[in-house]
Amino acid sequence: MGLEHQLPEVITTRLETAVGWARKHSLFQYPFVTACCGMEYMATAAARYDIARFGAEIPRFSPRQADLLWVVGTVNHKLAPFLRRIYEQMAEPKWVIAFGVCASTGGFYDNYATVQGIDKIIPVDAYIPGCPPRPEQVIDALLKLQEKIQAEPWDKYAYEEKMRQREIDGIIPAPPLFQRPE
Amino acid sequence: MAHNITDSFDSYDPIDQDINNEPMILQMGPSHPATHGTVRFTLTLEGEKVLKCETEVGYLHRGFEKECEAATWTQVFPYTDRLNYVSPLLNNFGYALAVEKLLGIEVPDRCNWIRTLMGEISRLSDHLTSIGAGALELNAMTAFLYAIEGRELVWDLIEQVTGARLTVSYGRVGGLKDDLPEGFAENWKYVRARLIEIHAYTNKLLTRNRVFVDRMAGTGVISPEMAISYGYTGPMLRSTGVDYDVRKDHPYFKYGEVDFDVPVGSSGDNFDRYLVRMEELVQSIRIIDQCLERMKPGPINTDDPRVMLPNKERVYNSIEGMIAHFKIVFEGLQVPPGEVYSYTEAGNGELGFYIVSNGTGKPWKIHVRSPSLIMMGGVHKLFEGGLLSDIIPTFDTVNMIGGECDK
Amino acid sequence: MAKKLIDFVQKKFASEVLHTHSRLGNDTVTVKRDKLVEIVRELRDDPSTQMDYLRTITAVDYLPRQPRFELVYVLYSMKHKHMLILRVMLEDSDAVAPSLHTLYGTAGWQEREVWDMYGIRFSGHPDLRRVLLYEEFEGHPLRKDYLKQASQPRVELLARERDSVEEFNIYVNDRPSSGSRDQ
Repeated sequence: MGLEHQLPEVITTRLETAVGWARKHSLFQYPFVTACCGMEYMATAAARYDIARFGAEIPRFSPRQADLLWVVGTVNHKLAPFLRRIYEQMAEPKWVIAFGVCASTGGFYDNYATVQGIDKIIPVDAYIPGCPPRPEQVIDALLKLQEKIQAEPWDKYAYEEKMRQREIDGIIPAPPLFQRPE
Repeated sequence: MAHNITDSFDSYDPIDQDINNEPMILQMGPSHPATHGTVRFTLTLEGEKVLKCETEVGYLHRGFEKECEAATWTQVFPYTDRLNYVSPLLNNFGYALAVEKLLGIEVPDRCNWIRTLMGEISRLSDHLTSIGAGALELNAMTAFLYAIEGRELVWDLIEQVTGARLTVSYGRVGGLKDDLPEGFAENWKYVRARLIEIHAYTNKLLTRNRVFVDRMAGTGVISPEMAISYGYTGPMLRSTGVDYDVRKDHPYFKYGEVDFDVPVGSSGDNFDRYLVRMEELVQSIRIIDQCLERMKPGPINTDDPRVMLPNKERVYNSIEGMIAHFKIVFEGLQVPPGEVYSYTEAGNGELGFYIVSNGTGKPWKIHVRSPSLIMMGGVHKLFEGGLLSDIIPTFDTVNMIGGECDK
Repeated sequence: MAKKLIDFVQKKFASEVLHTHSRLGNDTVTVKRDKLVEIVRELRDDPSTQMDYLRTITAVDYLPRQPRFELVYVLYSMKHKHMLILRVMLEDSDAVAPSLHTLYGTAGWQEREVWDMYGIRFSGHPDLRRVLLYEEFEGHPLRKDYLKQASQPRVELLARERDSVEEFNIYVNDRPSSGSRDQ
């Protein structure tokens, strides 16, 4: 294991707090905007309700340079492989926000074309209900996510490791990981 | 000139033969910042020139038409909101007009005035978004912030009237959800002053800006015959010089009684489309002023008992009222069988609804003639022959809205 | 609206017209499928009608009834400002119609959409493939016998969604104690 596991506990907790603080206040976002929620995302990022004041300022339009994936709007089956590929292209640590009910659970489009929630494709850290959610709700979700990032131990950010930890703790049986097509 | 600089290139022939000059295929994929919403272009490039462009849409197909076949006539209104989601009121009223034609009912005067007014407010929001996002893509961030501030003010007004900022479901078959609130006229005066200021600022920042004009003028040119053949309408068609506006040619609601001009461009390029949209902002403000002056108090819903819910005193105190309310809500409005094609002017062009009814409370078929899908069919004509960097302003002024395009 | 468009079609192509009506102000003519391209070309080129703008092509599925499909073309003239709706009836077993892509630029995509949603082929179309759905999709969703919720996923969906509330509680409220961090 790395150096951080050989240091005494007191140093790593302070270090973890510092790393958590740094991570939560400098989120580079990748807005994966599809539908109407994109208008509210634009409104949240603009001058009146500003998410830049929370550190989440710059949209990095490349998944390789981003840590926060905002999935804004409906994802349908035609777009699902692209979303999975973009999630896989992001480097860890990475977090995902499902913005709007269509991304959280499929919204009121319960038909052949829509994925009923992107958590069926990629793991999600925060869900924002609303159709579309008001900008205040979006800021609330961002702050809750920041709390979560602050509290995360810094080697547990990978999805597989999180799942393994929950299996070890006996909370739930491990779900199957991604099945890559042959 | 006698001595041309390219004469000296003859000595470089052996090197040229090693250079691989096949065209390059580039995917401008579905998740791209410059494609509003999700469209995929497969571009064949030679250097920076676009030789061929294949468009692929459908990345936001949500099954609007299939959902509407399973919902009652009134339950379709939220789905129509999400079609052109920057101007949802225009879609609502277009659909309400189509169903009212099938039913053969007339709405009261005040309802038509309010529909005109709220439709124009929604059109303001549409044009501000298009201009703002267009400026953002060309790196004019300040103009974007001004336009979004203008849009927030318009959304404040919409929120006072309908209760929601973006997806409103304000129209109903046979009327509206609610009347205008009391302080609306004063709020409109304040917003109007601010909007005119924002229009002036954006004008100052962009219209005579050398960089902006260089990128927009002369790019994305289309001729009027090509535009009509490819089915373009709205600001795209008017920028080529064809004077077709559904509000003037086939007036509906109260457009026949208000006084406004329709801006028509001449050269069919991006800069003309930008100017058409800026001028339509001013004309919309003019229409709204006239509507507020000429509107008289009165009922806003028709009193046809087949369509209108009875008022709450009757619903709770008489059995007939309760049964009428129950039947209208659960079974849906009983629309007589038939079909109709009704069209209105949405933000992007002519939005048509072809509705088929089989006599029950649920529609048999609703087809949306969405201007954005039709435009995407012809957009390769705008890109081919131009540079890669001209795709960005062209696509912005086309203003394809994903929800409308993919239905 | 004057019925001159209906009279025009009836005069020139009397043998092809099956039915006409003008309900609700929409002039509608039902024609047979065979000479559809000639009829539309006449309507487009003749100076008295000049229907140079194809508004929309769509189809309606009347499942229990035969003929099952009804193709609808809505034509309009920018100059004379009149509109005509042409309808063609198609059987279930023989859902083919001639393509109008040589007459109007927009017919290409509209016909692709009708193929995508209803499964009606257009003979002579250069590139008939799906426009709103993906190629692996089987079936034509707007037909009345396609179930609304029958989805065909392209990506393997996770068997169980992650529950972020549970996880939030782990990481924020009940932190795992330091002893459990060794692997």
